[in-house]
Amino acid sequence: MRLPKFEYAAPKTLEEALQLLAEFGPETRVLAGGTDLLVRMKQGALKPRAVISLADIEALKPVRFETGVGLTIGAMAPLAEVAGHSGIRDHYPAVAHAAGETANVQIRNMGTLGGNLCNAAPSADNAPTLIALGAEVSLARLEGERQLLLEQFFKGPGQTAMSPGEILTSIFVPMSPPHSGASYQHVSARGRVDISAVCVGAAAVFDGGTCRDVRIALGAVAPTPIRAVKAEGLLRKKAWTPELIEAAGSMAAQESKPITDVRATAEYRRQMAAVLTRRALTEAQVRARQS
Amino acid sequence: MKHQVQLKVNGDDYVLFVEPWRTLNEVLREDLNLTGTKLGCGTGDCGACTVLVDGRSVNSCLTLAVSVNGKSVKTVEGLAPSGETLHPIQEAFIETGAIQCGFCTPGMEISALHLLSRNPSPGEREIREGLSGHLCRCTGYNQIVEAIGTAAKRMRQERSEEVKP
Repeated sequence: MRLPKFEYAAPKTLEEALQLLAEFGPETRVLAGGTDLLVRMKQGALKPRAVISLADIEALKPVRFETGVGLTIGAMAPLAEVAGHSGIRDHYPAVAHAAGETANVQIRNMGTLGGNLCNAAPSADNAPTLIALGAEVSLARLEGERQLLLEQFFKGPGQTAMSPGEILTSIFVPMSPPHSGASYQHVSARGRVDISAVCVGAAAVFDGGTCRDVRIALGAVAPTPIRAVKAEGLLRKKAWTPELIEAAGSMAAQESKPITDVRATAEYRRQMAAVLTRRALTEAQVRARQS
Repeated sequence: MKHQVQLKVNGDDYVLFVEPWRTLNEVLREDLNLTGTKLGCGTGDCGACTVLVDGRSVNSCLTLAVSVNGKSVKTVEGLAPSGETLHPIQEAFIETGAIQCGFCTPGMEISALHLLSRNPSPGEREIREGLSGHLCRCTGYNQIVEAIGTAAKRMRQERSEEVKP
């Protein structure tokens, strides 16, 4: 399996990359880790005239955690680094866990957080937790930069809100308030390398015994990652009992719109949406007590 | 258009001119005749093509050769550069019967090196996690896991002997 021919550039600055993207035009693809893009090019699904690699742009790589502000992850930070970063592990364990559960060792060494999001697979492992935590993405173009809630970033399988000429530069996760916790849960048929059949991210904030706010995001059960807003509604302003968490899981399953494919049947996915939502809520609650 | 690529492979310096659509796997095997690195699935699932780039394990089938400009690559040939003394990982693979057809072995050994350089005393679960990006159709993995455990022990011993006066 060989790659089709293409023109290639590896600019050293974001400005240069945006300039090249504008010059090369719409048949250009931006290359991050290559673990999705190059596979699709080998399979003949994509045949770009030009490929612009972001690998040499140092400004897109750093991970920064600032107390009181939040976490900024450069779009080109490899998933292995997100999974292993001490600031992320300490303050956003669910974000580190999701990155560490993505694919396998080599893919995590190559693949980036920005790439996983831009690939816009409904099953993207890193999307649900980040949506639940209220993450924003920064999108740069020649005219300037804009911020968008990650929740509004996904438009369909492989489709994002990015316009031609835009590059995702970083992901911002707001500071988690005291007494809050988050969790990522997923299942797949063959463990590691396999894409998640269902994945769930949840984040919750508590006031004493009462839930002040909660967000649940489901992956691989709709054309994009989705919020389970009705399930959230059941949980907000309530003290969480096992019965309430069970009911929220069932509600999340009702809100999912899964399909049957090679990885799982729709029925299995719906049931797993309930189970994983329950597990994610339970772990988020435990972590909130410890925080 | 060909791009100039300067890289180090197993300690040797090379300056190559490569087309941007050629993978590191193609360049290693076809231009440098380093055929120890295999090509299996070509899509990053089987791990047979695994090499280290600046110390990190990657699938060479999904790495553009132009992207390793200025970097350092280690392949299975670099494990035992003299060709006489084998690396403890290679010895352990032979002793425990971790090799049958041998096609997955170069990738497995490179991932073992990646794992042991970060975690000198991995447990069985950690070894299996470290091999998550590899497929073997012969051995059932058990001997490979055992081999890496044995290699880890030996590499720890070697290191402690080096420290002693």
